[in-house]
Amino acid sequence: MTIFSDIGRYLLMIKGMFSKPENGKMYWKEFMHQCAEIGVGSLGIVAIISVFIGAVSTIQTAYQLVSPLIPPSTIAQIVRDTVILEFAPTLVCIVLAGVAGSRIASELGNMRVSEQIDALEIMGINTKGYLIMPKIAAALLMIPLLVIIAMALGIWGGRLAGSMANILSGSVYDRGLLESFVPYNVIFALIKSYVFAFIISSVPAFFGYFVQGGALEIGRASTKAVVVSCIAILFSDYVLSALLL
Amino acid sequence: MIEVKNIQKKFGDKTVIQDVSAVMKAGQCNLIIGASGSGKTVLMKCMVGLFEPDEGEILYHGQNFTSMDAQAKTEVRKEIGMLFQGSALFDSLTVEQNVMFPLDMFTNWPVKKKLDRVNEVLNRVNLVEANRKYPAELSGGMKKRVALARAIVLNPKYLFCDEPNSGLDPQTSLVIDKLIKEITIEYNITTVVNTHDMNSVMEIGDYILYMYQGNKEWEGTNREIIFSKNQRLNDFIFASEFLKDAKDMRMLEETGQIPNHRNMDNLLK
Repeated sequence: MTIFSDIGRYLLMIKGMFSKPENGKMYWKEFMHQCAEIGVGSLGIVAIISVFIGAVSTIQTAYQLVSPLIPPSTIAQIVRDTVILEFAPTLVCIVLAGVAGSRIASELGNMRVSEQIDALEIMGINTKGYLIMPKIAAALLMIPLLVIIAMALGIWGGRLAGSMANILSGSVYDRGLLESFVPYNVIFALIKSYVFAFIISSVPAFFGYFVQGGALEIGRASTKAVVVSCIAILFSDYVLSALLL
Repeated sequence: MIEVKNIQKKFGDKTVIQDVSAVMKAGQCNLIIGASGSGKTVLMKCMVGLFEPDEGEILYHGQNFTSMDAQAKTEVRKEIGMLFQGSALFDSLTVEQNVMFPLDMFTNWPVKKKLDRVNEVLNRVNLVEANRKYPAELSGGMKKRVALARAIVLNPKYLFCDEPNSGLDPQTSLVIDKLIKEITIEYNITTVVNTHDMNSVMEIGDYILYMYQGNKEWEGTNREIIFSKNQRLNDFIFASEFLKDAKDMRMLEETGQIPNHRNMDNLLK
């Protein structure tokens, strides 16, 4: 029964976000702040992960393609499609669920426990609108951008590893990237990233916003938020792949 | 003026507040006192709308707050300032930004005017040269004063203080009590203070509502409390022998009599 009650509270929380802002400028300021926190704050880890994922994909694909009948440029095609379809949106978003999601849950949890949310409510501010909405909006803007950056860096990382390990030259890799390219794959990846962005921001916000107790519960809520977000991302990844591919 | 009419609040099967009524007037400090778990915080949260009472009404200047829609409640809340037990300052904002926050949110004043108002209220709570500090850099008493400044920056009609002296030393507690009292009179605010601090009760209790296990057990003033014969109230307020002696001395001064069960010889020694 708890799960149904939680889903109900989650939906009411989403509904509660939509009201006329008390002061548009303050909401915009909070939105920009969240863009910096979620986007710029996660850029470093996304860049590192993407480059290494691309590099490892190249090396492992080359390791498995032992037949001399398969041209080396195929490695670039496989890396490109793997990075665009799965690694950039899904893996990066799982990492972001840990980085941004835990931050959102702990920030809101701390505000709840220290009565800062109550203080905002007393002032007459719609706390769901002021605290949660800018986070979700910022995630919906910044996470797809991070995924695009991850795609580019992942493919570049694969090229770099291919050249450094003498698997294939840069020009062969570039030629492979252009072969059999399906633009829809990028659109599919962006659709996934929007869905994941909503999950990454709204699920931790739910766990943080409704936390009860003290510091221990904030930690638990944060962990639970990351776990539930990761499961929701993987589940929706499967559903979207089944529906859209 | 705030009127509380027959408020009842349950959590599950447990009744936390049972049929509590009170009238809290403007320009005076209205204290809700009681032991931990007596329901005073729940009553205060019902009054400010953080909890919905199961039965009864809360009236702000005759307007029924409990039956208002969300928009109307928001309008009333803009006239409420609240000082929280843990101060509830925003960690990522400086003292100045914390106090300015309600002005940023609800006014279109130019920055200069907002800064002037912030400095005015910070001076009012005797907190100078702390504008650039973050809450983590402040002592408990300073945090309370910043929270009080934030609570009054929009000139509220109603001020709620949830255990304003918790975690403070007796001297700082007196300073905070004095500030609350002065501000209440100066701005003619209806102030509601939730406390179990004996000094607050005697210093600023213009009206006192004593809660016992979710019920209104006694109401009166800080002068009347001295002469109250309510045993539960006396056990709560004058808990130690020292305080019992102090009460009896006061009674002796005022009436020339002390209760029969006390030993006058010991007292006079």
